[in-house]
Amino acid sequence: MAEAALLEVRDLDAFYGPTQVLHGVGFRLERGRITAILGANGAGKTTTLRAICRMVRASGSIRVDGQDVLGRSTEDVVRLGVAHVPDGRGTFGALSVEENLRLGAHVRHDKAAVAADLQRAYERFPRLAERRRQQAGTLSGGEQQMLAISRALMLRPKLLLLDEPSFGLAPKIVAEIFRILRTINEAEQVSMLLVEQNARLALDLAHDAYLLETGRVQLAGSSAALQADEAVRKAYLGI
Amino acid sequence: MEAFLHQVFSGLANGCIYGSVALALVMIYQATHHLNFAQGEMATFSTFIAWALIQRGWPYWAAFALTVGLSFAAGLLIQRIILRPIERAPVLTNVIVFIGLLVIFNSLAGWLFDHTVKAFPSPFPQNSILATRWFSAHEMGSFLVMMAVLALLYAFFRFTPVGLAMRAAALNPESARLVGIRVSWMLAMGWGLAAAIGAIAGMMVAPSVFLDPNMMAGILLYGFAAALLGGIDNPLAAVAGGLIVGVLENLLGAYVIGTELKLTVALVLIVGTLTLRPNGLFGKQVVTRV
Repeated sequence: MAEAALLEVRDLDAFYGPTQVLHGVGFRLERGRITAILGANGAGKTTTLRAICRMVRASGSIRVDGQDVLGRSTEDVVRLGVAHVPDGRGTFGALSVEENLRLGAHVRHDKAAVAADLQRAYERFPRLAERRRQQAGTLSGGEQQMLAISRALMLRPKLLLLDEPSFGLAPKIVAEIFRILRTINEAEQVSMLLVEQNARLALDLAHDAYLLETGRVQLAGSSAALQADEAVRKAYLGI
Repeated sequence: MEAFLHQVFSGLANGCIYGSVALALVMIYQATHHLNFAQGEMATFSTFIAWALIQRGWPYWAAFALTVGLSFAAGLLIQRIILRPIERAPVLTNVIVFIGLLVIFNSLAGWLFDHTVKAFPSPFPQNSILATRWFSAHEMGSFLVMMAVLALLYAFFRFTPVGLAMRAAALNPESARLVGIRVSWMLAMGWGLAAAIGAIAGMMVAPSVFLDPNMMAGILLYGFAAALLGGIDNPLAAVAGGLIVGVLENLLGAYVIGTELKLTVALVLIVGTLTLRPNGLFGKQVVTRV
């Protein structure tokens, strides 16, 4: 491919205190695509996302749109157009739904467009519109996840990082959220890096996938290829 | 009855000052979980600056405005230069730095402006329209000023993007960073605002207690009592706590324990709140669903 990847990670080592979690991880995410990172608990999936957002100590190289990430602070990575939906959702429980959404657009200055995006968020998830004045902490888990995703989209991100969006939610809600993620990707060309323990869900949504094991990339390919892979089927799809 | 009401109203006027000091404390506490012991001395120093400006012939309100501006800048710089490097240090490190700041500002005030007690002018003339049966003009005036400050702060935090970002940074710094908020600068803004509020409180209280380097020492204690009584994590409750402390202090002073023991009221309230209701009277509980 001649065009540079939207996200390019090379030789990434990451640490929690003295413990090394990622060992020379490398992968790329092409523009407009959804890429999944699969792996068991403790494989380093969340750490990979946190390294991209500069929330863990890391070395190697991460580039978003050709721009170096590791030399920047978390706040400045956001300004490159990277929105993160963290595990645990990271909503501001004491603030209202609308305030949470407004915060998602904190770095933007195009007021009119922000107001329009706010309306679109409410159209996308009507339940958020009903609860716009309510404290985010009083929402159900599914609603909080919708809020977290909507807040991330308020940035108009180039790259959306999703950490276990299915975690702790009822299958019906998960299906709704994944359907909307697909729509967003198709309609607005938002590229996504998706971390999931539920490999079946992730491979259904993603175009490409990487398999992490104990902090190393073990397998890479299209979702179809990984779905067909014997080892993946046994270990992660239970077939 | 007349005397009683007078005590209540002048208690409310004092309570406004305590509430403002409490508000300044809460503002920094919410963002950092530290109590700034130097808040009072910073306010005193600001008041001295206003005094010096007025001595040089500045009109009162010009001196007032410049003092508030300078105090904001100074608060911001103190956070940037002194506290930022120890953001991740243990609590005790911060406490020691706060005590250091307290001594520095106290000594600086003594050195630059000496220790003699000075009269500080009130901007509200004795016989103005503000004077009523129960309020002196200055009591009424400072009450109005403090209420205006509160209204402005409320509007700032409620309706402006920067205010919202400051609240977010205080509530959840990690999530705030993830939406691009420069959390460290929000802390600095909080320090600036706290210093500015303290300056206004200092200038409002100085005409009644007179200005000297230890002017705010007792008032800071009442401020602590107010913040704790209302609830240290809730700005509006801290202000309400201030009003309660002000009235209580005046009534107990007038009818029960005498004026000499008034300061004990603050201490009793602090110890009492911490043992009986650590979250304060209006201590806010964040609602969460499991």
